[in-house]
Amino acid sequence: MHIIDSGNVAAALGVKLSRAQVIAAYPITPQTPLTEKLSEFIESGDMAAEYVPVESEHSALAVCIAAASTGARAFTATSANGLLYMHEQIHWAAGARLPLVMCVVNRGVGAPWTIWNDHQDSISQRDTGWMQLYVNDHQQIIDGVIKAFMLAEEVMIPIMVCYDGYLLSHTYMPFEVPSPDQVDAFLPPYKPAYALDPANPANLNTVTMPDVRLDTRGVTAHGYMEIRYLLQEDLLNAVDVMGSVEARFKERFGRGGDPFYETYRCEDARFIAVSLGSLSYHLREVIDRLRDEGIKVGIMSVHLYRPFPADAIAQGLADAEGVIVFEKALSYGYEGALCSDIKAALYPVNGSKKKRPFVHNYILGLGGREIKTAHLHEALLNSCTSKASAGRAPQWIGLKI
Amino acid sequence: MLMKTTILSLPAEEYVNPGTRACSGCGLGIAYRIALKALGRNTILVVPPSCLTVLQGLYPIAATQLPCLNVTFASTAAASTGMLAALRALKKQDIKVVAWAGDGGTSDIGLQALSGAAERGDDFLFICYDNEGYMNTGVQRSGTTPKGAITANTPIKGKFQQKKDVPAIMAAHNLSYVATCSAAFPLDLYDKVRKAVDLPGVKYLHIQIPCPPGWGFEPRQAVKVGKLAVETGLFELYEVEHSVLRLTGASRKIADKRALVPVVDYFNAQGRFKLLDAAQIEEIQGQINRRWSGSFETAEDTDEA
Repeated sequence: MHIIDSGNVAAALGVKLSRAQVIAAYPITPQTPLTEKLSEFIESGDMAAEYVPVESEHSALAVCIAAASTGARAFTATSANGLLYMHEQIHWAAGARLPLVMCVVNRGVGAPWTIWNDHQDSISQRDTGWMQLYVNDHQQIIDGVIKAFMLAEEVMIPIMVCYDGYLLSHTYMPFEVPSPDQVDAFLPPYKPAYALDPANPANLNTVTMPDVRLDTRGVTAHGYMEIRYLLQEDLLNAVDVMGSVEARFKERFGRGGDPFYETYRCEDARFIAVSLGSLSYHLREVIDRLRDEGIKVGIMSVHLYRPFPADAIAQGLADAEGVIVFEKALSYGYEGALCSDIKAALYPVNGSKKKRPFVHNYILGLGGREIKTAHLHEALLNSCTSKASAGRAPQWIGLKI
Repeated sequence: MLMKTTILSLPAEEYVNPGTRACSGCGLGIAYRIALKALGRNTILVVPPSCLTVLQGLYPIAATQLPCLNVTFASTAAASTGMLAALRALKKQDIKVVAWAGDGGTSDIGLQALSGAAERGDDFLFICYDNEGYMNTGVQRSGTTPKGAITANTPIKGKFQQKKDVPAIMAAHNLSYVATCSAAFPLDLYDKVRKAVDLPGVKYLHIQIPCPPGWGFEPRQAVKVGKLAVETGLFELYEVEHSVLRLTGASRKIADKRALVPVVDYFNAQGRFKLLDAAQIEEIQGQINRRWSGSFETAEDTDEA
């Protein structure tokens, strides 16, 4: 069915179609309409799930962690400081290997208070062991949520589906809503290898020693480091699993097909801009203008940020002369985190005797600062015509200091 | 009212494996063993970091025969909520959910989640085992450490503040059942756990746990010290149903016979109260006497204990 609705409703529909069984929710702008919609689905009897209105985001993830440990498919959503308040639980969910899906409706973080969009909230959770998917429009939100449940449950690692606050959450766009039958045929019910059960008791997440240790039968059990190594190994393997999930999704629904990133006019590009989320669609307009002005430039929109599909990204960028990374977040004291990751992915390019592309980094749109197309055009033109500063520090766009 | 359990009618089946990692003389070992007998096998436990985490053992060996989810410090009650939601979604409502947190995990870092879960009215039992300090991290003061006690972070002058009355806070949430118990009175504890698990909504049990290293007494004195806390009238055994407080067991007997053991005996039995001087002890004795003088029924009409 084709409908016109908000990004938050697209996410809620994706959760409903995925038949999540436990929803925990705490209000925070701009996430709130998503979980309000889920409460409406559940109260009206449209969706068979338990809705738990918790007293904090820390508790929201506690509910999801316990629900998934007990064998239920669990979902929550948050933004900004709510996500940061979960931080301890975010690590816990990954370490406990629970396939939670959480929508992060991206918003800047305090202090000072801001309610507007940037990516600092989810980017600051990069190193927690969660997967992160960034989507660019309403169709990608609803599809991304459904794919996220499949990916998370196949690798038993939680995932954030990140989309821009207001720009996507509160705007209305047309999108296709798949039928429940289609989604049921795509996404099987959640069946964990172990769920808490009095008939088969286990003590989960207990204190684990630095070294391996024998169990009562004399079998060697993992130490903390083995458990953490397996998380890393499974995350790296999740790149291929994402490729497979995307292929299966495309086969069934006829959409998507770009598991790691989406490119626009990159085929013959000498310069490639890179960004996350809706900004990459905004940048397409600038790409078209620069193409009209004779500059061979394209844009790569990164979807899968963790695990980082470094090989695919290096392959996509290696032939360019320059890579220009636009970011709505910053690893304070250095540069944009995506920029650092891209530089690291490109490092082995030199080994193949190719000249590595230069990498420029622009920081913009923090705390909802308006991103003007003219500013994007100017920055990209400067980078493509060697007029941009060659300094290591990232350049700021739209700053009035 | 259930028939009172006696030592002869206590179930023989054990749910705690021998060889736990509890300290010698730990009151928690008694309370945990007895409460699990009352809960039975169809139970899932939720445990934050605490002495119980240690007691239950190190991966991959566990002292408990019941399934247990270890959770973050602040999230015990919220995790219990999530477990219940999953059990409802999976149509397994016959399984009981029981949270076990220490006094820090209940009265301090866990109070927000506990109050939230209590307000939502989820159907689970929350047990606070109160050894009156952060014993697992080396005896620091908590919200329930009594006034005057020496701890690792009140090392010279003792704690200045009163003990936080968590059962009263929980009773103010209008729960179906709030009760206090002591590891030194296991049969009273057993009966209260049995009663609590079958009632609807949130039930709160507050168990006082004598702690040999934290309180400063010989391991063999644990039950004696626990009994003294009750017999001196410093800690009452009671239950609150429908906003009515009723003394039970040894506390009921004290109220009936009006026979309090001098509180100085309790203080002298432990190292942590050695800073209390005669005047302070006399003041505390006066407070106890006033509380227990006349009719304790006055307190029954309020939730104050």
